[in-house]
Amino acid sequence: MTSKTLRIAAIKEGTVIDHIPAEKIFSVVRFLKLDKSEGPVSVATNLTSKLLGKKGVIKISGRELTSMEVEEIALLAPEATINIIKEYDVAQKRQVSLPKQIKGFVCCMNPNCITNKQPVATRFSVKNSEGLTLKCSYCEREMGQKQIRII
Amino acid sequence: MVSNSFKGRDVLSINDFSREDLLHLLKVAAQLEEKPRPELLKGKIMASLFFEPSTRTKLSFAASMLKLGGEVIGFADAGTTSVKKGETLWDTTRMVEAYSDVIVMRHSVEGAPRLSAEAASIPVINAGDGANQHPTQTLLDLYTIQKEHGDFDGMTIGFVGDLKYGRTVHSLAVALSHFKCSMHFVAPQALKMPDSYITMLKDKGIAVTETDDLESAAKEFDVLYMTRIQEERFPDPIEYQKYKSVYRIDKKILKLCKESVKIMHPLPRVGEIDPALDEMEQAIYFKQAANGIPVRQAILGLVLGALE
Repeated sequence: MTSKTLRIAAIKEGTVIDHIPAEKIFSVVRFLKLDKSEGPVSVATNLTSKLLGKKGVIKISGRELTSMEVEEIALLAPEATINIIKEYDVAQKRQVSLPKQIKGFVCCMNPNCITNKQPVATRFSVKNSEGLTLKCSYCEREMGQKQIRII
Repeated sequence: MVSNSFKGRDVLSINDFSREDLLHLLKVAAQLEEKPRPELLKGKIMASLFFEPSTRTKLSFAASMLKLGGEVIGFADAGTTSVKKGETLWDTTRMVEAYSDVIVMRHSVEGAPRLSAEAASIPVINAGDGANQHPTQTLLDLYTIQKEHGDFDGMTIGFVGDLKYGRTVHSLAVALSHFKCSMHFVAPQALKMPDSYITMLKDKGIAVTETDDLESAAKEFDVLYMTRIQEERFPDPIEYQKYKSVYRIDKKILKLCKESVKIMHPLPRVGEIDPALDEMEQAIYFKQAANGIPVRQAILGLVLGALE
């Protein structure tokens, strides 16, 4: 057989997140709480990618990501692209973009930061020159992409 | 440009200060030192919230407030407060702001003063938060350099000792990066200045030299900023033993320096400066500690809107 086959089925309505680095795919799944999703979700990983070497793809039926969710995915996988699907066609293609500030969903890596000691929402400023860096607004500690941990 | 821009402002991090802010504050401190204002803050109350021990900073803030005619309330041991009962910092701050006009806070947890500043409608001054910031120390360091050496531009400063964990070094380097000075960082490899600071300084066009050889570098310095190797920062006591005496400023090192060199130290020192230097004119670390008064007076007067 020489015909091309899709590893995961096309969706009629929803969101396709493509070009997720393979090692980040399950972080994105957890972050979007897709493990608790009631609708169909397809997850493929270790697909060959010219850009990334190995990539992951997530297809979420019946759900369009909010712009805040898109910003947040940018933290985990800045290379990702997001396609909004309508009637099996790509209705909108979006490159994820980083916000200037993120609030509330990333842990500060510094165990002695006030955000890890008292009930206070985290807040980071985002710098994206020579790699992604988050600077905690409270303890001023900087962390790189590998240190980002979602609450 | 900076007229009254300090009124109501929090003093949390040296990173929040522009070059103009720094120069204005130093000017006000010099004016207060020259012409004391014993009634400037009459009727004002400073809440001194020291969740962690301190000698110089706590006493010099209190003395500064009293010398300006203000009053001081507060605690030096959080164990005697509702914090021990589990009160949040947010709630403690909301309560204290009702009793005072300005809060001065030291806390072992990093970012605590910024959280407090978000809770309070009155100014909050950070008197040290863990390994993070101690902005008033940096301001008094700058004041000392300006007073003893003059202009920052063209000056060469040598930072010596624990440059990895030393927050005073990090903050002073940030503050001096607003000026055209040269910086030497003298430390063993394991305690060297973090790369993020070196990159930031180079990006700002500061001439930076890194070495572990104090004897060779000493001749370059106009100011030698000595620091303590901090035992509490070492997880392994054997590692601490290895580095604790790596540099010591004594008469032999002083001979290698320019005659006009100024030796500073944020104190406390343990063994890194020979007490035999204390009475020499190059040793200015006790003057440096004394400069905490005009600088903290200036900060209090400015944030309370009594000075412009």
